[in-house]
Amino acid sequence: MAQPLAFILDVPETPGDQGRDLSPYDESEVHDSFQQLIQEQSQCTAQEGLELQQREREVTGSSQQTLWRPEGTQSTATLRILASMPSRTIGRSRGAIISQYYNRTVQLRRRSSRPLLGNFVHSARPSLRLYDLELDPTAREEEEKQSLLVKELQSLAVAQRDHMLRGMPLSLAEKRSLREKSRTPRGKWRGQPGSGGVCSCCGRLRYACVLALHSLGLVLLSALQALMPWRYALKRIGGQFGSSVLSYFLFLKTLLAFNALLLLLLVAFIMGPQVAFPPALPGPAPVCTGLELLTGAGCFTHTVMYYGHYSNATLNQPCGSPLDGSQCTPRVGGLPYNMPLAYLSTVGVSFFITCITLVYSMAHSFGESYRVGSTSGIHAITVFCSWDYKVTQKRASRLQQDNIRTRLKELLAEWQLRHSPRSVCGRLRQAAVLGLVWLLCLGTALGCAVAVHVFSEFMIQSPEAVGQEAALLVLPLVVGLLNLGAPYLCRVLAALEPHDSPVLEVYVAICRNLILKLAILGTLCYHWLGRRVGVLQGQCWEDFVGQELYRFLVMDFVLMLLDTLFGELVWRIISEKKLKRRRKPEFDIARNVLELIYGQTLTWLGVLFSPLLPAVQIIKLLLVFYVKKTSLLANCQAPRRPWLASHMSTVFLTLLCFPAFLGAAVFLCYAVWQVKPSSTCGPFRTLDTMYEAGRVWVRHLEAAGPRVSWLPWVHRYLGENTFFVFLVSALLLAVIYLNIQVVRGQRKVICLLKEQISNEGEDKIFLINKLHSIYERKEREERSRVGTTEEAAAPPALLTDEQDA
Amino acid sequence: MGGSGSRLSKELLAEYQDLTFLTKQEILLREVLDNETGSERFGDCLRQHSEAHRRFCELLPQEQRSVESSLRAQVPFEQILSLPELKANPFKERICRVFSTSPAKDSLSFEDFLDLLSVFSDTATPDIKSHYAFRIFDFDDDGTLNREDLSRLVNCLTGEGEDTRLSASEMKQLIDNILEESDIDRDGTINLSEFQHVISRSPDFASSFKIVL
Repeated sequence: MAQPLAFILDVPETPGDQGRDLSPYDESEVHDSFQQLIQEQSQCTAQEGLELQQREREVTGSSQQTLWRPEGTQSTATLRILASMPSRTIGRSRGAIISQYYNRTVQLRRRSSRPLLGNFVHSARPSLRLYDLELDPTAREEEEKQSLLVKELQSLAVAQRDHMLRGMPLSLAEKRSLREKSRTPRGKWRGQPGSGGVCSCCGRLRYACVLALHSLGLVLLSALQALMPWRYALKRIGGQFGSSVLSYFLFLKTLLAFNALLLLLLVAFIMGPQVAFPPALPGPAPVCTGLELLTGAGCFTHTVMYYGHYSNATLNQPCGSPLDGSQCTPRVGGLPYNMPLAYLSTVGVSFFITCITLVYSMAHSFGESYRVGSTSGIHAITVFCSWDYKVTQKRASRLQQDNIRTRLKELLAEWQLRHSPRSVCGRLRQAAVLGLVWLLCLGTALGCAVAVHVFSEFMIQSPEAVGQEAALLVLPLVVGLLNLGAPYLCRVLAALEPHDSPVLEVYVAICRNLILKLAILGTLCYHWLGRRVGVLQGQCWEDFVGQELYRFLVMDFVLMLLDTLFGELVWRIISEKKLKRRRKPEFDIARNVLELIYGQTLTWLGVLFSPLLPAVQIIKLLLVFYVKKTSLLANCQAPRRPWLASHMSTVFLTLLCFPAFLGAAVFLCYAVWQVKPSSTCGPFRTLDTMYEAGRVWVRHLEAAGPRVSWLPWVHRYLGENTFFVFLVSALLLAVIYLNIQVVRGQRKVICLLKEQISNEGEDKIFLINKLHSIYERKEREERSRVGTTEEAAAPPALLTDEQDA
Repeated sequence: MGGSGSRLSKELLAEYQDLTFLTKQEILLREVLDNETGSERFGDCLRQHSEAHRRFCELLPQEQRSVESSLRAQVPFEQILSLPELKANPFKERICRVFSTSPAKDSLSFEDFLDLLSVFSDTATPDIKSHYAFRIFDFDDDGTLNREDLSRLVNCLTGEGEDTRLSASEMKQLIDNILEESDIDRDGTINLSEFQHVISRSPDFASSFKIVL
């Protein structure tokens, strides 16, 4: 950085230096004269230097240098020099900020990281030109710097200049003056004769068009912002509970966006055409009782809600070439619409788009939340970054202070523990308890999965239960209760564990809950695709699976409502009235987010069999938002455990992508490629697998003619060829490995730079100590000189006294 | 211009929007046209800037609420500290002192208020946020964070009461750990670059260093 190092040294100004511009080739001269200075001074301070080093060694006894003495007792001159060190002035002085931003602007313009040779000042070899400058940046120096900065700003583009100005940590008045000064004068462009008239006409027309377009754009933008709901509610939640609880609600908003996207595609390409061309119903429509909302069967069965309703023919077929089952009612000017192909490809494309969006947002969130070396320095990060300025209520602010204090104490205790190693016995005991608790939790998950399996087999076997509709609700109810109860059990077991790191506790709890849910969902998937397909041969098994998923979704919502009611409201009343505790129940973020992920997995599993399921999920999410918000504001308090909000958001998005979406995609692929669709209903009733619809169409295209022959070719060589899949996977792995190596290299560079900085720091301390000793010696000389003059003044009086006496 | 409306002139509004972070998301496209009448800037920053102006005017006495005098008025600290967004913040006095440009450092003008909101807004760069955070934490304004600054900072974070402070040994241990982790050049204090290095390792800082009107 080209910042002048200001020194006061007793060097008389040689008149020859002022006129001449010293170039770097004169460095040897400069260097020699500074050498001479050092020699002069060091001859006088040789003795003191030795004393200094001895004293230092006695005091510190370590190999590292320390500052000679605390700053309070250093001389004023040294303090003034220290106060004007560049590393300190950048934090407070305007001139330093201006020169720093001048350097940045220069780098931006010239795109080089080395400053020009002409401006270069070696920090170890100050040039003689600077000897007459005073210590603090004076007004004259600041004006110089300001004019330099203004010149640089003038040569930037306007947008860049404004961007630069916006990012400067100066006050608004100063920024405005800089902008005024750096505005490029346009005066010489005014009053151009001749073409002025035509230009102004075109200019005004263009101006008017741009104005109109701009206003339209603003209207659209404000409409979009009005559509973004809940801004005030989220602000209130953030103000009262902080960023951690807010992350749950933001995650809910993300899920809403995903579902809306899915629903849009499905409505546009599957439901819309089917509603426009309704097929003939198999029999009279059943009467609607209220139970449909819970079971999804009954009068919902033969509607666009389920797979079975969709026709397997080409809609809107021209009457000339009828296929079996199609109605001969073409609309005027309509296109034929191949329903099976549309169904398959819409579901496939919507999953693909969801996958891309998920992976992109996960990578984006990861990029924002991961920093190389972020695991070290936890004390500094906690103290500097943990205060949440969004919190506006006094009670919440006090709670935040309590949390931070607890966190700091925990960190200190952890640090103590790490630095006083535990005995082998203690560590063995800790490992044993940990292993036992993990075993119990895994056993619980396995037990739940087995219970679900047994119960579902029982439901298949018992014939009397099949007839009643209400009996269909039993399996979802059992699964929902297991999902609710088992995490509580795991939390009780986790209380037995030794708490080493609070953040790790949260991760472990999430992991266990996730394993439980995956086990249950896996069992259910086997039950549906493996057993139910076999049992329901001859009937519409896809409809049944779709209805099951609807029931699961609805039951999940009902149990969530009950859990909120009893877990939060009733618990708060009990703890306030009976137990007389002041603390409200905590809002368990991890458990709630995992429930959201579970619901979304059910939706994704069911999209193939029930295209309207995302709409149900959207309604459910909206209701969940309002219920949770109300309950939160009335009954809960923020969690005491530390919560790294951006880190956790990345973790949740990753969990949404990898076990949840991937599992649903595997389920979908298996259903499309391996399972035989039922022969009585749905768009694939005549085919062996659902994927055949694509193959049939490709064969149809091949027969159609040479113009579209590239499509079957693409299908044969890319879609069905496994080599292409291997190639893509290999490329992906290579990219991942390269990125890992890059991160590793960055870590090494950071280590080296840190070492270099600490070496420079030792240099600095050495110089400060030397400086201090020089000033101390000067002061002592001053004092002794003053003392001798006083003595010289005093003795004549004594002599006269003695003479008198 | 009289009346109690909070309409700032278009030129002034455009200037504020260029120099602060307050309105980036409100603007769709920004076109600068220099024609014979002078440069004009378009923008719809009315919502955020007029919100700021409205809240500022609420703190002024009635006779100073016109547009002209509100831009020149200086609001003393007690009034600013009564804003609900700042009331519960333990750093409120430091924030006011850092942003104040009055010579006695005891009042804020409208432009200082805009500066404050701009730095604490959603779109301000982490660079400028960390710069001002450093100045807020530098209680003695000497350009570095020494042990005294750090202990005052920790006391603000944990609460000022006797029973809420950390004990002396805990405080010493904590400050030693902080210096160990962040003082790279080992001079016993944390300067701006070291502070910004620590901040850059925490991705949560930008979202927590935010005040929303």
